[in-house]
Amino acid sequence: MVQIFRFMPNTRTNVFCACATSDAMTLAPADAGQQQDGVRATVGVSGDGASLLRGILILWIIRLLFSKTYKLQDSSDLTEKEIEEIIEEWQPEPLVPRMSKEKPAPSYNIVSGPPCHKITVNGKQCINFASFNFLGLLDNDRVKNQALQSLRKYGVGTCGPRGFYGTFDVHLELEDRLAKFMRTEEAIIYSYGFATIASAIPAYSKRGDIVFVDEAACFSIQKGLQASRSHIKYFRHNDMEDLERILKQQELEDQKNPRKARVTRRFIVVEGLYMNTGAICPLPELVKLKYKYKVRIFLEESLSFGVLGQHGRGVTEHFGVNIDDIDLISANMENSLASVGGFCCGRSFVIDHQVFALLAQKAISDYVLIVILSQGYCFSASLPPMLASAAIEALNIMEEDQGLKVVGESISPAFHLQLEQSSGSRESDVRILNRIVEYCMDRKIALTQAHYLEKEEKFLPPPSIRVVVTVEQTEEELEMAANLIKEAAQNILQ
Amino acid sequence: MGVEQGGSSPLGPGGAPSLKGPGKHLLKPYLGTWRIILPGTPGVLPSVCLTLPPHQEVSSDGAPGAYPSKNKRTHLPTVWELESGAGVGRSFRGERKGGPWTFEERPGVKVVSAGKHCVLCGIVNKSEVYKDVLSEFVPLYQDFENFYTRNLYMRIRDSWNRPICSVPGAKFDILERVSYDYNWTFKYTGRIVNDVINMGSYNYLGFAENSGVCADAAAEITLKYGVGVCSTRREIGNLDKHEELEKLAAKFLGVDAAMAFGMGFATNSMNIPALVGKGCLILSDELNHASLVLGARLSGATIRVFKHNNMQSLEKLLKDAIVHGQPRTHRPWKKILILVEGIYSMEGSIVHLPDIVSLKKKYKAYLYLDEAHSIGALGPTGRGVVEYFGLDPRDVDIMMGTFTKSFGAAGGYIGGTKELVDYLRTHSHSAVYATSMSPPVVEQIIASMKCIMGEDGTTLGQERVQQLAENTRYFRRKLQEMGFIIYGNDDSPVVPMMLYMPAKIGAFGREMLKRNIGVVVVGFPATPIIESRARFCVSAAHTKEMLDTALNVINEVGDLLQLKYSRHRLVPLLDRPFDETTYEENED
Repeated sequence: MVQIFRFMPNTRTNVFCACATSDAMTLAPADAGQQQDGVRATVGVSGDGASLLRGILILWIIRLLFSKTYKLQDSSDLTEKEIEEIIEEWQPEPLVPRMSKEKPAPSYNIVSGPPCHKITVNGKQCINFASFNFLGLLDNDRVKNQALQSLRKYGVGTCGPRGFYGTFDVHLELEDRLAKFMRTEEAIIYSYGFATIASAIPAYSKRGDIVFVDEAACFSIQKGLQASRSHIKYFRHNDMEDLERILKQQELEDQKNPRKARVTRRFIVVEGLYMNTGAICPLPELVKLKYKYKVRIFLEESLSFGVLGQHGRGVTEHFGVNIDDIDLISANMENSLASVGGFCCGRSFVIDHQVFALLAQKAISDYVLIVILSQGYCFSASLPPMLASAAIEALNIMEEDQGLKVVGESISPAFHLQLEQSSGSRESDVRILNRIVEYCMDRKIALTQAHYLEKEEKFLPPPSIRVVVTVEQTEEELEMAANLIKEAAQNILQ
Repeated sequence: MGVEQGGSSPLGPGGAPSLKGPGKHLLKPYLGTWRIILPGTPGVLPSVCLTLPPHQEVSSDGAPGAYPSKNKRTHLPTVWELESGAGVGRSFRGERKGGPWTFEERPGVKVVSAGKHCVLCGIVNKSEVYKDVLSEFVPLYQDFENFYTRNLYMRIRDSWNRPICSVPGAKFDILERVSYDYNWTFKYTGRIVNDVINMGSYNYLGFAENSGVCADAAAEITLKYGVGVCSTRREIGNLDKHEELEKLAAKFLGVDAAMAFGMGFATNSMNIPALVGKGCLILSDELNHASLVLGARLSGATIRVFKHNNMQSLEKLLKDAIVHGQPRTHRPWKKILILVEGIYSMEGSIVHLPDIVSLKKKYKAYLYLDEAHSIGALGPTGRGVVEYFGLDPRDVDIMMGTFTKSFGAAGGYIGGTKELVDYLRTHSHSAVYATSMSPPVVEQIIASMKCIMGEDGTTLGQERVQQLAENTRYFRRKLQEMGFIIYGNDDSPVVPMMLYMPAKIGAFGREMLKRNIGVVVVGFPATPIIESRARFCVSAAHTKEMLDTALNVINEVGDLLQLKYSRHRLVPLLDRPFDETTYEENED
């Protein structure tokens, strides 16, 4: 029999042969008394040996059943020499694309001296219509002195993240003050304005969650969304009907799959005052939609904080919306407060989550690389205490001095000037606008184009000049700037 | 008077609603967990008892701060410690030095027991602590998500975020705080713990100062410029000070050009996406900092992870990547970028830069070196890990680092060729969208960098670099002699000391603070859950007396908490090759 097996081709059919042979063998013990039993003669073993053999046979059959009928050819294996050749041949792209000679890297404007109301750009003295120093606190002596005192107490750096002795009493004070000012339960500060919303979004919204975002959302929101890996649905800029349409669509989908809908968190992310368009978001309608469709609202108020509303509490105060209706507000302290960093505020429950969102997330999921969450908070060095002190003092001034209000009432203090008719291509538009900016700069008005990373933006806004109005500019200066821009446009566009 | 809840197994989830211990202690179900309530302990850190599993002895007979008193045996052997008679498992964490290496095995039972503790903690607590106000909404957190937070982190939460109210120099002052609700909230007593020796801040060269040349320079700039900028580099926030800093940084690093950014974390997370993208491959060390990981993920490139500091693992990945190309399409990769750190902040290990540079050259990959902890802290003149190994900075394509640590300021930089920096100036997310660095912070960096370079006409900076090197060697040697397990390289000022068990995190942090030493304790998720550790950061500002005081206290607490795990007393292993088996096992 062994021989039979040996000659059999290694295919499935031999399994059946083997089965048949095995059946024949099971009969063998029944005829144990007969000396000339065929099977036993062939195999030449005793009764015990036969059952052993049967066992082996069964194992053999099992092996055959599960073995591959043919062997994969290892033709893909490369020889050492071939591997070396491939490695030798591989040429990576250069680390950065070579700059073409005709299009050299645009150089930055150089500002010498403080970037406040009167600014010196590239050696030219100008009036600043470009920085977001809405309340003129950058040049404020009280703020400077407070920062100086703080410097003399704490030094400059914190030499650690918040968790590792990077929390200073001034950080706690600033958080407390911000929460009180915004009338929320709690606030936390970040050391970098850009990182604030970019790390707050992924702290809440995870893979599988749904985020409804305005198309004009600023770049840091886009980065936060990217990091969150949630489903992102864009609605047209400030178009509540479009948003409702998408929400309804989502509701229908949820009805199809209620089990999934029960665990899918939904968020609307909007800006109070859009950085890219200068428009204000229709918050009351958003709040209505929030309760109708059970979607949470995250509000980014970097531009509107300190600007809108009677006390500068932002777009909630402007519309008289109860701040508790907004789930999370984030803003940076780099515009109105003229310091550095950002903060998030909201109900305690929401805020606390950010602090250890990371811990919670890591504990349950094994995605080694899933991370982010509130990393901007957990893993980065904390805000230099002198900057926190400066922000506190700026808040003091804001609270005391109600006269500090941006000209233009509810209209956005940062607005964009675009070309009415495009000249054909984005590049030439940019060039035209640049000439307008330079024209004004030569005549003592500092302006800037709104700069974007064109390849990175999801919905690239059209090129524009962003004009910023602050409390420091006098009526005369405003008039002068308006006239100058008009003049520049006439001269250059014709 | 201590009480032991030996056999009553309060850990059982379905136990009696309220268990009265034989003493004053009352075990009450609190939010579904058994916790010890110490009656009549006024003003003490009641949170102290949180680290103790309920069957451990608690001493509560006394004055504030009585637990655990020194002369009392407060630390009864617990289940897991009784088991820890012998080490079984071996895990090599060998670190190649500039010359010899040491490696230390991990006591196996500790690992098992540490894991067991976590599981036990988890089973007990089933309660839903958070209740979202907006009950109709999909809850922000799944019940499960709070598992770790509630069961481990909250018990030892008091070891982190301790607020300080002075310069984070060699000594600092800490605000005293207590918790009456098991670390859910903290109350400040208004008292200040003065002159705590600071072993936690990344103040390697001691530039965290409120007086002296650097602080004076920063003060002057504060008055002149103010603290904010209110615009981006690309628009109208590019100050002359920024340009000055970048020129100086390039000179300091020995590269063509450099660019500075407002936040170290963002330097990584916002510039890696500018350098690589789809069709590129990132080879990342498994222990890379979160910012590198985030940057890699945001870039959209494929990420592959190699074993920590393991050159064989890296070479294999490099070879495979080039030979097989991109997955599915098999197109060749556009670029391969290797991400490594100079000193790994949780391991204290120094990257094997010479090997990496030769691999990078052989396989034509690009090298991104994050010198967050090594710049200023390594090398004879503080130029970082490149100088430490005597290499040419031009061999590293992207030199990244932070100003937070050695320079006592904030922010980060990227240095490299002129083309690289020019490219970043137009394509970096940070330059286009983020507000520029605060002028006084910039000035602090300029002043401290000049000091290290000796451009201020003194040798003070140079002396600091040498002092740091001496302090580091002294501190590490002493800890090893005492029998602690220390990770990392002999020259690395980051000194992780192994605690292993999560329960010891809280205990070690509290015991050290009680003896006026501020230390950093680290657990999951920054480390594997069974490799909890304490981390000391040596500074040039530490005097020998301070280090000796700290060492004595560590010795004492180490005995108290039974932390002297090391069975090898200083065994330098000469030229041990990379552990072939470890490597094979871990290959995926």
